[in-house]
Parts: sequence; C-alpha cells; structure tokens
Amino acid sequence: MKKNLRPLLPIALFAGLIVFFIIGLQKDPSRIDSPLIGKPAPAFALEALDNPAVQVGSGDLAGRPWLLNVWATWCGGCRQEHTTLLEIAREGRVPMMGLNWRDDRSLALQWLVKLGNPYVSVAYDPEGRTAIDWGVYGAPETFLIGADGKVLHKQIGIMTAEIWRRDFLPLLAAQGGGP
Amino acid sequence: MIRPAWIVAGMLLADSAHGIDPERLEDPDLQQRYEHLAHQLRCLVCQNETIADSNATLAADLRREVRELLIAGKTDADIRSFLTERYGDFVLYLPPVTPRTWLLWAAPALLLLGGAAVAATIVRRRMRTASADPAALEEEPENL
Amino acid sequence: MIPEIGHFALVMALLFAMVQSFFGLAGAARGQAAWMGAGRSAVTGQFVFVAIAFAALAWSFIQKDFSVLYVATNSNSELPVFFRFAAVWGAHEGSLLLWALCLAGWSLAVTALSSSLQVRFRSRVIGILGLISIGFMLFMLTTSNPFDRLVPAALEGKDLNPLLQDFALTIHPPILYLGYVGFSVAFAFGCATLLEGRLDSAWARWTRPWTLAAWLFLTVGIALGSWWAYYELGWGGWWFWDPVENASFMPWLAGTALIHSLAVTEKRGLFKSWTLLLAVSAFSLSLLGTFLVRSGVLVSVHAFATDPARGLFILAFLTVVIGGALALYAWRAPQLKSNAGFELAARESFVLFNNAFLVAALCLILLGTLYPLFMDAMELGKVSVGPPYFNMVFLVPMVPLLLLLGIGMHAVWKKSRLQPVRSRLLGIAAAGFAIAVIAGAAVYGEIRPMATIGFTLALWVMGSSLMIPLARLRAGQAVPGAVLGMAIAHFGVGVVTLGITGVQSFKIEEDVALAVGDTATIGGYDFRLAALRDARGPNYVAVEADVVISKDGAEITTLRPQKRLYNSGGNPMTEAGIQVGPGRDLFAALGEDLGQGRWSLRLQYKPLIRYIWLGALLIALGGGIAGLDRRYRRATAAAPGLERAAAEVTR
Repeated sequence: MKKNLRPLLPIALFAGLIVFFIIGLQKDPSRIDSPLIGKPAPAFALEALDNPAVQVGSGDLAGRPWLLNVWATWCGGCRQEHTTLLEIAREGRVPMMGLNWRDDRSLALQWLVKLGNPYVSVAYDPEGRTAIDWGVYGAPETFLIGADGKVLHKQIGIMTAEIWRRDFLPLLAAQGGGP
Repeated sequence: MIRPAWIVAGMLLADSAHGIDPERLEDPDLQQRYEHLAHQLRCLVCQNETIADSNATLAADLRREVRELLIAGKTDADIRSFLTERYGDFVLYLPPVTPRTWLLWAAPALLLLGGAAVAATIVRRRMRTASADPAALEEEPENL
Repeated sequence: MIPEIGHFALVMALLFAMVQSFFGLAGAARGQAAWMGAGRSAVTGQFVFVAIAFAALAWSFIQKDFSVLYVATNSNSELPVFFRFAAVWGAHEGSLLLWALCLAGWSLAVTALSSSLQVRFRSRVIGILGLISIGFMLFMLTTSNPFDRLVPAALEGKDLNPLLQDFALTIHPPILYLGYVGFSVAFAFGCATLLEGRLDSAWARWTRPWTLAAWLFLTVGIALGSWWAYYELGWGGWWFWDPVENASFMPWLAGTALIHSLAVTEKRGLFKSWTLLLAVSAFSLSLLGTFLVRSGVLVSVHAFATDPARGLFILAFLTVVIGGALALYAWRAPQLKSNAGFELAARESFVLFNNAFLVAALCLILLGTLYPLFMDAMELGKVSVGPPYFNMVFLVPMVPLLLLLGIGMHAVWKKSRLQPVRSRLLGIAAAGFAIAVIAGAAVYGEIRPMATIGFTLALWVMGSSLMIPLARLRAGQAVPGAVLGMAIAHFGVGVVTLGITGVQSFKIEEDVALAVGDTATIGGYDFRLAALRDARGPNYVAVEADVVISKDGAEITTLRPQKRLYNSGGNPMTEAGIQVGPGRDLFAALGEDLGQGRWSLRLQYKPLIRYIWLGALLIALGGGIAGLDRRYRRATAAAPGLERAAAEVTR
C-alpha cells in the first residue's frame, strides 16, 4: 500500500506548497506586527518639542483613549498624512500626542507652524530611545492606546481617512468612544 | 528628478555606510559579545542586513542599545528579550527554539537520519539482489 | 519604432513557441512526420524573434530612448555605454527577456545537436521546451512588457541602481541564467521519457552532457554572484543565505545530485525514477526561484519590483509546469523497476548516499527559506531565518558528504573493491589532519576545533582527488577526460572547503576611526590612512582615501576605497579597496566623516577567501572536461535505446 502512494508524495507536497504561496501572496513579509498589542503602553517622559523645560509623558493622557503619532520632518509619508491627522484632531474624539523621532527641533517646530498642529502635545525624542521602546521601525506610525493604558492598535505607514474609519473607529466605539 | 528637501535630509541622517561603527567597548569580552550579537540581529529597516552591517539610523540606534545593555551587565538572553519584546521574533536572525519553530530545529537531524536510513535500506536491498545473483556482477572496465 | 519592432518580435516568438509545442507534442502523439518537422522548424523561428526582441531592447538602451518606460527607469544619459547594455537585464522585465533568450538558445542547441535521437522522442522534448517558452512570453506580454512606452517621454532616465553599475553585472546574470534555464533540457528529457512511458534508461545517457553543461554555467554563475557581493557591497561578506541566493543554490544542489544519479542510471539502469524526479526537481527549483524573486512573498535584497498580479501569474505557471511534470511522475514512476544489484562499498552505494546528503541539504535550505512564509501564512507571527541558522545547519549533511566523497571516488561499479586503496586513503586522512593542525597553528596562531575539522576535510578531499589521476599516470595509463574531470571537480570541492574554513574561522574585521596619518593594525598588517581627496567618475562624485598597508615595516600596497554619491541621487555607496594575496585578502572600506578630520573605516583580514571562487571555477572546469569526454560524442551505433535506425536519419 505504501509503495503505491510514494510516487504521489512529490505532487502532494507541491500542492501544499502552492497553497502556502497563494496565502503568502496576500501577505506583506516585511511588515512587522507589533508585539505591544494588548500590553501596557511603554512609559516615557521626554522634553516637550516647544519647551525643553516642560515634560511630555505617556501618563499625560491616561484614563481615556489616546493616540501617539510618530513623525519627523524627514519623513515624506508624514507630510502626506498630515491633513488626515488635522481632521482627526478637529473631530476632537481622541487626543493625539506627537512623538518627534530623531529630528531637528527647530525644523520640526517650523513644520508645525507651516502645516498646522494636530497634537495636544509633542514629545521630542532626538535619540530615538522612546521610539525603540515602542517598537517603531519607520515613520509614520500611529498607536491607539486604550483608557486602561494598553496598546490597542498600531498603524504602520500613512494614516488615511479610510484606515481611521476601518481600523480605529470600531476600537474606539468598543472603548465607549471617549468623553 | 525632483529632490525635495526632506529626502536629502533623510539621506544625510542615513549617511553611515554599511554600519561602520568604530565605537568599541573597552572590555574585550563585552566587545566580542557585542560583535556576536550584532551579527545575529536583523535590521528592521534594511531587512536584508544585520544591524552590524546596516547603514540605517535605526540600526545605529539599536547598536547603541545593545552596547548600553552590555555595559549594564545584561546577559545575551536579556538583550534578545529586550528586542523581541519590542519588535517580535522577527528581529532575531537565529530563530528562537519554541514549539512554533520545532520543525526548523528538528529538520537537520530528521533529514540526515531519514535520508541515511532510506539510502541504507535501498543499499541493503541491492546487496541482497547482488548476492542472489553473483554472476551478474561481471567485471567491466572502469567507466563513469 | 524599434521598441514596437521588439514588441512585435515578442508576439511572433510567442506564436512560434505555440507552434513548437503544439506540433511538437501532437505530432509525436499522432506520429505525423510533417507536424513534428514543423515543431522543429519553429524552434529556429522562436529563437530568431526572441533575439530580435532582445536586440531591440538593447538598442533602445544604447540609444538612450527614454520614451521606453523600462529604459527610463533603469538607465540615465550619463550611464556609461557598457552599463547601458547590461542594464537590459538589470530589472524585472528585461531579465525575463534574458530568460526567454536563454531558453530559446538552449532549445535551438538541443534541436540542432540531437538529429540522431528518435524522432518522436525528440519532438516531445522540443514540444515541452516550447510550453515553457509560451509561459515566459505570455508573462512578458501580459504583465511585464519591456517595451511599454512612457508617455510623455522622460527627459532623463532614473538610472541603473548604482550597486549594479559594475563589470560583474555584464556577466553574472547571463551565465547564471544559462545555468538555471539549462536545467530545462534535463526537465524536458525527463518529462518526454515519462510521457512516452519509457522503461529503459537510454534517456540518461542523452541527458548527461546537457545537464553537465547547465550545471557548469550555474556553478560559475553562483561563484560570480558571491565574488561580486564580496567586493561590491562593502561589508566583505560573500554569502548571506538571502532567499535569492538560496534560490540559485538549491537548483545547484539538485543538479549536482542529478549528474551523479544520471551516471548510475546510465551505467546500470538503477535509480530510474529517482533520477527522473531529480531532473524534474532541478528545473522546478529554478522556476521556484523565479517566483520567489518576483512575487514579493519573501524579503530579499535581490527582489525585483513586485506586483501581486505578476506573482499570481508565475504561480499559475509553476502549478501547470511543475504540477504537470509531477503528475506524470506519479503516473509512470511505479512502472520503473530495475533488477540490478550492487555490493555495499560499490560506487552506486556512494552515489546514493551522496544524493541523500545533497537532498537533505537542499531540503534544509528550502525549509529555512520558506519557514517565515509558512509561519506568516498560518498566522503564527513573523520569524526570521538567517545566516546564523543556515551556517550551522548546512554543516550537518555536508560533513558526512565530504567524508564519504573522499572514499566514494575510488569505488568501482557493482563491487566493493576499496581494499587496495584503503591504506593510502588512511594515510591521506592522517596527513590531512596533521597538516590541518600544524599549519593552522603555525599560520593563524591557534587551533580551533571547527577549523581543524574543516581543514582536515578539505585536505582529505583534495588529496583523495589527486590520487586517481596520479595513480594512472604512474602506471603509464592515459587519463580519460571523464576521470580527469571528475578528479578536478572534486579537488575543487576541497579547495572551496579550504577557503570557507579559512575565512570563516580566522577572519578579522574591525571598524576604526582614523585621521590622516593614523594607523590601525589587524591580523599583523598595518593600515595607515595616508590621504583623503575628492574624486569624480563619469556619473558620480566621491571621496577617496589612500590606505597604505604594510607588514613588519615593509610597505605592501596602497588601497583606494571610495565613498561615492551618484549624480542621479540615492544613498551614498561604498567601493572597497581590496588587496589580493596568495593566502589572504586585505580589505578596506570607507565609512563616514566623523568630524575633526577623522573618518570611520572597516578593515578586514580575510584568509583564504579567494579559494572559495577558485575552487568553484575548478569544479566547473572539471565538469567541462568531463563533459567533453569523447564518450559523449562517440557514434552511438552500439547503444540501443533512443537512437534512430540508420535508415531513419534524414535530417
């Protein structure tokens, strides 16, 4: 019995391989999903972008859902998503804190003046240590943190209205939608 | 080809060719551990290089983290955990030994022993054929 | 106009390929001589038109026709002319055209050189090759047309990736592709055999020289890629187990198993179904490699621009070609029996074990390469499998393989006759071990277990290989091409092992910060940064350093590493300075300006690294010598099987 089945082994294995490839074609192998989902948001306390004497930290917006947006002036995608961020800020449902990653302070401030500021506060991370704690590997990235302080979702790449509606709003609704 | 300022700025920030990083740890043991680790950790930006070889800014930042953790007395396992807590197993070029990767780690032995076993079985069968009919094994001139 | 001619030529080539495969296969099935003749003629037509298309694309590049999208994306008016030509295969669409050209070329060669093959069998081989050609033409015409126009035409091209602007680009891909694609001949022979339900092993004798030729090209192609990566990428690595590197190495492993297995099948009619499976597998792995590079399922530094539509097409193509072949195999394989026997230490036995270990290595690499995909597809998260894993795991089947290699060369067919060589082999093993220990300690100052094992195995294989031709010469006998070739090829394997052991065990790599006048010492060599200056090339500006190397006070050479910024933009690129010596390479690459007149540099001492590529060339040389053996060109009157009766030979 076994002998008759043996010649079928190669094509059976091959068929399995094809199935994996079909699934694989729909995935992005370079995308790194965040291991932080469901875990407490990494704590940080950094200088505010506009005032080194003031501290901006992960505890500032605790007790309610909030967003952390990682951005920099050297990041083209950040520029593209900026209008969407301004709209989200205008909606006022969720406060957004900015994390200015590995950037030049004055350039970053000019950018906000020129393009508008969607952030309630911006933390300045010139050395990238906090970014590493949050598992940031590219800009832009946007995190949604729940009222309980746990990371709910991470958006890798440019934020669009579509992504906001599809991925973030349902999670916010489950949280109670904010005050 | 238009070259907006932000791309140029990005290039300047990324301007460290191939992770060439002359900073050395004073303790030679630590330096050796650093080199060993740096060649096992994957750069998350230039995903086809180790952080030792990548010229991405993030790679430089991660090299700095590894050095600082080594100076702080962390073990190699601690340092790997530090990184996998933030980036997942993707950051390790040597996959961890977990139930999910059992096949990767069992495969060498399985394939070697399995292959050798199959070959041995076939050889034994042919040896039996040969001894059953020794006349068939007449000498022939050496030929490939 | 020229691009349109090229496009039209591709369409014509597709039509000819369709004629080739339909009339080739149907003609054989129905025994229609006229149809089979049409199939044969179509091969020439296909080749001519693919060549015209290729020439049209090359012309567009040389003439800087930026109205062609592919040309605009991959070249630039400042790009030197030889790079403009090589840029034809610098990216996805053009490299597909190169694939098609190689396939058409091999098909033409097979058709021309097999006139004494049985008509129907030959027609089937041609037909199957035609099916593969159809796949590539269709792929190009539907998803990856190199002749798409850019409207309005660009004023200036984007440029060829600076990493590719190097001499090796002109030779590495063509030679590599000739190898990859060449396995299609063995594939076609195997499938034709399965189609016809042939139970004999005559096809093995016909397939051997073609397989050897393809394997030879692939060997050189892989070696070129490794050498190129070493001096071009600036970090001194020569193999990274990148998915695309693995995609070229796996067919090579299958091909190596195949050429050995073919010998047994030809000689003794044994392992027929296994050899057929290997013949199918070698080319299937080539196609798989094509899929992996162009579909985006794996992260790779070599990956061409990816697109889900392209990925799906190749996958469908793969399913049809490989699935079809494996289905044929499942159908016919049970009928392939043989009744020959052999003794324990006979050559057949060694080939069998050699195959087992090569296939084990192949499966390990395949598993490691695809594991991230498997895990991701099953939603088990992301994992990386990289050089640390492969370096460790590859040794597992390789060590026993090298061990048995040294013995197996001396085995004879059918019988265990190793007793006469036993003492000499033991002597070589002992000598190898002794030299490994003594020379290792003397040259590198320390004895490392892994290095000792590696050197011993290398010297063992080298010594054992030399025994054979030397023994014959001493006995006053001639050394036939096949024997000499085998000895040289196996000797080459030993040389490769020597090189790998040397560089992996004893390399020294250091990053240093130097100001002009400073010196750093590694591996006993002093590297002094003597000068820094600005330089310029045809399409770049650079900073160039003079790095003076001396040993024990005596100056050896001055290296001139550069850090280049190409006019077309992009990240700065490093051009390493390398000094080649008989026992080691010395390597210097510029890092960055650290300020205050200091620059970072990467300095490396790479013992024995050249022997890796020298050994590979020896392997290829051995294969070539063996392939040119008179036996393959001898009149085939005596051998029954696939040859046509004398009366049948009309063309």
